[in-house]
Amino acid sequence: MMEHTTGIKTLADLKRIQEEVRARISLRDKAENPESLVQVKVAMATCGIASGAKEVMEFFALELDKRGIDAVVTQTGCMGYCFAEPTVEITLPGHDPMVFGYVNPKKADEIIERYIKNGELVDGIIPQNYNTIES
Amino acid sequence: MSQFKMHLLVCAGTGCHSSQSDLVYEMLRDEVDRKRLEGEVQIIRTGCFGFCEKGPIVKVLPDNTFYTQVKPSDAREIIDEHVIKGRRVERLLYLDPETEEHVLDSKHMGFYKKQLRIALRNCGTIDPENIDESIARNAYQALGKAITEMSPQETIDLIKRSGLRGRGGAGFPTGLKWEIASRNQADRKYVVCNADEGDPGAFMDRSILEGDPHSVLEAMAICGYCIGATKGLIYIRAEYPLAIRRLKVAIAQAREYGLLGEQIFGTSFSFDISLKYGAGAFVCGEETALIHSMEGKRGEPANKPPFPAQSGYLGKPTNVNNVETLANIPVIILKGAEWFSSIGTEKSKGTKVFALAGKINNVGLIEVPMGITLREIIYEIGGGIKNNKKFKAVQTGGPSGGCLTEKHLDTPIDYESLTAAGSMMGSGGMIVLDEDDCMVSVAKFYLDFIVEESCGKCAPCRIGNKRLFETLERICNGKGTEEDLEKLKNLSNVIKDTSLCGLGQTSPNPVLSTLSNFYDEYKEHVFDKKCRSGRCQNLLYYVIDDEDCVGCMACVRVCPVNAITGAKKQTHYIHQDKCIKCGACMEKCQFDAISLLNDYPRLSPVTADA
Repeated sequence: MMEHTTGIKTLADLKRIQEEVRARISLRDKAENPESLVQVKVAMATCGIASGAKEVMEFFALELDKRGIDAVVTQTGCMGYCFAEPTVEITLPGHDPMVFGYVNPKKADEIIERYIKNGELVDGIIPQNYNTIES
Repeated sequence: MSQFKMHLLVCAGTGCHSSQSDLVYEMLRDEVDRKRLEGEVQIIRTGCFGFCEKGPIVKVLPDNTFYTQVKPSDAREIIDEHVIKGRRVERLLYLDPETEEHVLDSKHMGFYKKQLRIALRNCGTIDPENIDESIARNAYQALGKAITEMSPQETIDLIKRSGLRGRGGAGFPTGLKWEIASRNQADRKYVVCNADEGDPGAFMDRSILEGDPHSVLEAMAICGYCIGATKGLIYIRAEYPLAIRRLKVAIAQAREYGLLGEQIFGTSFSFDISLKYGAGAFVCGEETALIHSMEGKRGEPANKPPFPAQSGYLGKPTNVNNVETLANIPVIILKGAEWFSSIGTEKSKGTKVFALAGKINNVGLIEVPMGITLREIIYEIGGGIKNNKKFKAVQTGGPSGGCLTEKHLDTPIDYESLTAAGSMMGSGGMIVLDEDDCMVSVAKFYLDFIVEESCGKCAPCRIGNKRLFETLERICNGKGTEEDLEKLKNLSNVIKDTSLCGLGQTSPNPVLSTLSNFYDEYKEHVFDKKCRSGRCQNLLYYVIDDEDCVGCMACVRVCPVNAITGAKKQTHYIHQDKCIKCGACMEKCQFDAISLLNDYPRLSPVTADA
């Protein structure tokens, strides 16, 4: 369980270890205020998984972290756009959710760079044409 | 390092543990393994979430879903539905009793809205048996900062400025206590953590030790640095096995990292901690008795002075702090005295943890800023009185405290206001009573506890409390006299004034506060032989209803003391002076003609010729 048995000799040692282990619980800190973060929901029903949603989800989780964007990546059920799987719903803080279809890692990269970072719209947006009831 | 996409936090506090949360954890793990999700879903056993009423609790992150009363058999559904398909399991969500709607995440639960968690900051968020998770949440940073960047006096001054006061009950300023201990010169000094939590219904300290042991260890080391001690001792009752285990794990991990032991953070400061077990005597929460018990002597208190800060454990200067007090220390050092003193009231700073129990909807562990009102605690956090009954009183401060009533509902809570209202902060037990509770019986309950727990060293406590208990028992049995009421008051004051230690000096508080707030109930018991709540068995009366009784003689025959008279086909009558209230007649009657009343029946028997 403990990964650093070399011992902590200085305050700097402690801070270094903290940096290393922080990622492990960062999700718990982030979960305190999900509204202030970029929320990425990947549709992971049978249709999504079959079209490679798992790979896309891993890409988002890894790359957002690597590029220093505070985000919460979760999975969700089928959004109904089975023709356009994998589908991803992205909610920027203060914006309405936006759904993207046919997302592969290449598309995901474009979404991160252009939509998440700059708010530019990219191809592949599925217009939301229904209402949901508040649960 | 692998990046988990979901965290499932399973409460492993004693409350949830006793309702099989360990099995829930095992089943979730099995299910995750079966579905090959090991690398994506992390399942963590955490400390207490506080919402013990609805345990076992499972919280799913990142969406903050709060599942209540999870059974081991629910594990599969949670994994299949929520984790894999992303659909919440509706039936396990918390049902808001007011709106009757499922609450999706914990942020929208009334229970958490008004809380401010400082001492409980990590309870329910981290795995208490993994030091890395504590470190990720800033553990040992305050210790590092204090011993490498601050002098002991600077650290003490910071604690003094913060306004932190002892959370064990009396509310002595913590910084001042440390300063006194630091000024006494000796070759050895000791830091003691008082984890002898003894109030009936209180579990604040246990939950902190189970959920976040490192915060206490760190604070003890900081205290050691400030007062010049190298040895820390935790006095914990043996009946807290889970807390003991987590402490042992935490101490071992901290030693391995070099956060306890020799030359911490490369400085000349060394500090180590060991455990001392208590056998669970209430009086051992008193610091002099606690020290005696640690020395292997009888757990009896001693006269003060000398204070432990002068001559404590093994005759050396000793600083004793309560668990919750210590848990506040690291945050104060990291966030500053000004931050801490901005929370709370003028004289009581910061927050207080309360164990909410009794006739309340949300039984559990809460932490609220000082100055909150009882009304907010009971009706907003606690969700109101169970079964929509009427609120009667709150017992705070355990056996040393008193009752607060409706008129105190809007008083801001702090050390001073509670004392002024005839109660005390105590360690934080809060028992809510409703209209079905008899206040004389409540006082009797606490005196019974005190009689059991009095160490017997001084006469006022040993004999006085016994007499108080007997008088209360007499009143509850309907044998009390007017003189008894006077005696209760006088004797209580004598015990308060003449007892040796804090236990005796506060033990009559439950009597005095019920006497002053509920004198009417005492009078009813004594003069009308009536207990309005129906709690006092001996003040209930079996009565035969004239209309329903057919005169079958069944009750007359079954009564073991011949208290029932009446001829065949005549209405029967129960003579209250003979009745021993065994209930045999009521059981026997096939016509439901016998009922139990809490008013003394003044009717006379229907005579044969009437």
